[in-house]
Amino acid sequence: MRHSIVVLLSSFAIVVGAAVTERPARAETPVKIGIVQATSGGSAALYGVMQKNAAELAIEEINASGSLGDFKLVGIYEDDGGDRGQSVNIFQRLINQEKVSVILGPTLTTSAFAADPIAQKAQVPVIASSNTAPGVTNMGDYIFRTSPPESMVFPGVLAYVKKKSDPKTAAQIYGIDDALMKAAYGVQKAALDEAGIRIVATETFQKGDVDYSAQLTKIKASNPDILVIGGLAEETANIVRQARQLGLGPSTRILGANAAISTKLVELAGSAAEGFTVGSSWFIQFDNPKNKAFVAAYRNKYHSDPDTFAAQAYTSVQIFAAALKKAGGVSDSKKLRDAIAETKDFDSNTGPFSFAANRDPVVVPKVLIVKDGKFTLTTD
Amino acid sequence: MSTFMQQVVNGISLGSTYAVFAMGCTLIFGVLNIVNMAQGAFFMGGAYFGLEAANMGLPPLLAFFVALMGGGVLGILADLIVFRTLRARGAHRWMGLVASLALARMMVGVAQEVFGTQVQRYPQNMFQSIAFEVGGVRIQLLQIVIFLVSVVLMALLALTLQRSSVGRAIRTVAFDEDVARIVGVPVGRTTMMTFFLAGALAGASGMLLGNLFNVVSPFMGEQMLIKGLTVIILGGLGNVPGAVAGGFLLGLIEVFSVAYVSSSFRDAIGFGLIFLILLVKPTGLFSRFEERKA
Repeated sequence: MRHSIVVLLSSFAIVVGAAVTERPARAETPVKIGIVQATSGGSAALYGVMQKNAAELAIEEINASGSLGDFKLVGIYEDDGGDRGQSVNIFQRLINQEKVSVILGPTLTTSAFAADPIAQKAQVPVIASSNTAPGVTNMGDYIFRTSPPESMVFPGVLAYVKKKSDPKTAAQIYGIDDALMKAAYGVQKAALDEAGIRIVATETFQKGDVDYSAQLTKIKASNPDILVIGGLAEETANIVRQARQLGLGPSTRILGANAAISTKLVELAGSAAEGFTVGSSWFIQFDNPKNKAFVAAYRNKYHSDPDTFAAQAYTSVQIFAAALKKAGGVSDSKKLRDAIAETKDFDSNTGPFSFAANRDPVVVPKVLIVKDGKFTLTTD
Repeated sequence: MSTFMQQVVNGISLGSTYAVFAMGCTLIFGVLNIVNMAQGAFFMGGAYFGLEAANMGLPPLLAFFVALMGGGVLGILADLIVFRTLRARGAHRWMGLVASLALARMMVGVAQEVFGTQVQRYPQNMFQSIAFEVGGVRIQLLQIVIFLVSVVLMALLALTLQRSSVGRAIRTVAFDEDVARIVGVPVGRTTMMTFFLAGALAGASGMLLGNLFNVVSPFMGEQMLIKGLTVIILGGLGNVPGAVAGGFLLGLIEVFSVAYVSSSFRDAIGFGLIFLILLVKPTGLFSRFEERKA
């Protein structure tokens, strides 16, 4: 008995001693960042992987730069599979067990509506970079997003198309079982009504559908001047491709939702994507030193091109880091929140970035058109 | 009218892929009387075999052959590793159901790791870009090819079952395993052959659907398994021509319920049919009389 106590005490001494001697010269204060993105689960994974990559890249860069002094950002990544039930569980775990200081995500708006109230209640700031449906930030004063809502982008796209070809009739197709797509449909419909364009067909599809021929055959029969799609990139790509295969002529311009912007769209739709028109706050060729550095670093680390959501996730981390510095720590969550909310003309890869009073981003929308297999900024 | 005919074309080309998949299902579920929930995973596996082959630059028909053989090999492996082991232990049929469900999940997991979770597409081939316009109805060469391939596969399977010694052996095993053993049919080898055929058909339909809709993903098999089950209920368990007719019928029903009702009701109508058929005509729509399996 006595012997074992001696062993215990001596091993205790060794451990403590080791801990003391190994302590670094400068104490590092870890700041935990929860990254909730869907990296599995179909279409959502497209956006999730990009954002996770970009967030981790930003964390790495900030830590390496030493700009935060003694603070060290620690990303804790969790995959919610695009399933809102999972998002809720993950939010609870991150907040209650991991004690994260901020949550980046979730990928889908549907998940945000389910999980964000938990963070709001616990006063943990959430910065989303791919939720674009209206009303996300209305959930509370701790909910931010760097992704511009559809309502900020689509009217600009429509105005451009109206100037170019003056369409009189439109057909709409949208995903009926997804909060983001339903919201996109609402925004698109309102903008079409506002612009005096008559809607001659409205069709729906379900998440995970691959065959859109029935809906598109009806749309083709209604002979619209433009086709407006409320869908994510994979779905939109297939709708565009199948619409052209069914013989919807090039005179019918196809417009998409902000969420459809992905290099994957062009890859999946191939030549059918030519002329596809969409609005965004960011694009890869955007001529800005911050953006060029970001794109180069992303390519270097992941050997692929970042997309809009990656850019916005990267910005989210930078905004958080700047707010952390300003607030001088994360112990006072109110102070941290206020510092995030005060972000104004922040020099980001999407240009000068500010939060509006309702915590939505303030950006200038840009109209992009697929040309020669690439999203290209319109210059006229 | 041309819109209606276009929908018929849409339904038939969707139905072709269902028909090919359902033929494999009916072999396993109906003829062998084995509940194999991994059929959908063979379908997904075949699509990836075909994709890899096509990406290596193989011409479409050769890639299709790779998908078919790949699916077949997966079928054989499933029989060897899972079902034969269970049979040797005299395990209950439920064990096969659970084990094959686990196998399917495992294969999806492996596919996620190997190929990633993102949707991929087949490289552009000549079948996709050529289309004909007949009386306002647009038919792609791809749709014609897929239809023909499904008809050829159906004919080959019918010939195999009716005329070849393998087919006779399969039908004997289906009739009664013990009888088959007494008359000298190698039951183990025959079962394995059936798994090969069913896997090959699943793999083939995976490549067909992947080409038709430009979608290959690790999760594509789950939906398809349910469609396959629906079709074999429609067509009658173990009834190969019934599976083909049921496949085309389900394709048409889905397209028309989207076209004339709503996309939200598509599955409700498709699966509602299962209940109706089970209540009204449990042997399937296409059985003329109560016949022995196969």
